[in-house]
Amino acid sequence: MARISASVYTSHVPAIGVAVDLGKTQEPYWQPLFAGYELSKRWLEDNRPDVIFLVYNDHATAFSLDIIPTFAIGCAAEFEPADEGWGPRPVPKVIGHPELAAHIAQSVIQDDFDLTLVNRMPVDHGLTVPLSLMCGQPQAWPCPVIPFHVNVVQYPVPSGRRCFQLGQAIRKAVESYDEPLKVQIWGTGGMSHQLQGARAGLINREWDNAWLDQLIADPKACADVPHIDYVREAGSEGIELVMWLIARGAMSDVNADGARGPAPTVRHRFYHVPASNTAVGHLILENN
Amino acid sequence: MALDKPYKDVPGTIIFDADQSRKGYWLNQFCTSLMKADNRARFKANERAYLDEWPLSEAQKQAVMARDLNACMQLGGNIYFLARIGATDGLSFQQMAGSMTGMTETEYREMMIRGGRSIEGNRHLGENGDAQPQNQPQGATHKAAPAARKA
Repeated sequence: MARISASVYTSHVPAIGVAVDLGKTQEPYWQPLFAGYELSKRWLEDNRPDVIFLVYNDHATAFSLDIIPTFAIGCAAEFEPADEGWGPRPVPKVIGHPELAAHIAQSVIQDDFDLTLVNRMPVDHGLTVPLSLMCGQPQAWPCPVIPFHVNVVQYPVPSGRRCFQLGQAIRKAVESYDEPLKVQIWGTGGMSHQLQGARAGLINREWDNAWLDQLIADPKACADVPHIDYVREAGSEGIELVMWLIARGAMSDVNADGARGPAPTVRHRFYHVPASNTAVGHLILENN
Repeated sequence: MALDKPYKDVPGTIIFDADQSRKGYWLNQFCTSLMKADNRARFKANERAYLDEWPLSEAQKQAVMARDLNACMQLGGNIYFLARIGATDGLSFQQMAGSMTGMTETEYREMMIRGGRSIEGNRHLGENGDAQPQNQPQGATHKAAPAARKA
């Protein structure tokens, strides 16, 4: 049977992708940020999964105001890096895992989470920047990736609680897949940032770190944080953090209706300000 | 029952909710069109003519041509859509976000390097942080010459 071996959490700031693509990672501005991912890159090489289930949000790239799915699972065989207006990032195309994606969709939808199925979806920086941070600049990404989009752009966006429940349903789905695949689930976006108005540039280091503490130690309580707290304390775009709760909900110490596994091991924790407008947070949690 | 909007008292912040989205539908769809290179070229060649192809309000067209992102936001724009205008102009997200504060590009960049804008005084309207309406616009240019600005 397949299983979730670990979860990875990281911000997905577009400027990080630009720094990688233009060879600026060793410049003084960027060096401390990329240093925080050195351990992570080695860890991923040593703990290579068979599939990455990557939770991110499309930034008005694949989805305009024509259609706004709350949760969308990428079921295609491959996904092209998107042109977000600056030209597509020079990164490998993303190879999907249609069989596992279809299995997760079937299981999760019948578990009452009404996902949208997507077969054509260019993937933007929300998906490719985490891959660059964790893998560097390979010729091909190390394994197939299932893109999973969450609407955090137009309100109403899903609650932290719903995301946390969805994570639990995703784990159940993975664990009922026959092939013995090692699956990692990644939650991306955040941390505190605001890209608009007179409050642009807001960073709340104290709130971010308290939120990380709670995400690790008491994820259920973290899932109950209401939207307004993210907006007020972590900036209008800090709401992206609800996506981390999908990954956290998929870990084996979480189970609303049954036996729970042991707490995960915190393999790595990193926090850095700034990357462009944003506070960067990063965690690796291993299932035990 | 009206939609619950607890975020209305966060200073310097417009949440892209259903009301804003209705107001800004065509503005944001116009922005989406700039993801195609051909459309970017046509827009750059004659902004007014390109904008006139879309059912935008005159205020929305003026806000786009003035690159006044605060006005665009008030008129229903969303930053991820508006970013297509910035991309067409060759601007980064940092340049776009900074342009909404009144600070120069250098001032904004330095604020971020110092750890970003503080949350203190910026949680609720009625406090006195740097993002509050009574403290706009921000940046040394505005602080140095209030008399000149009035004149």
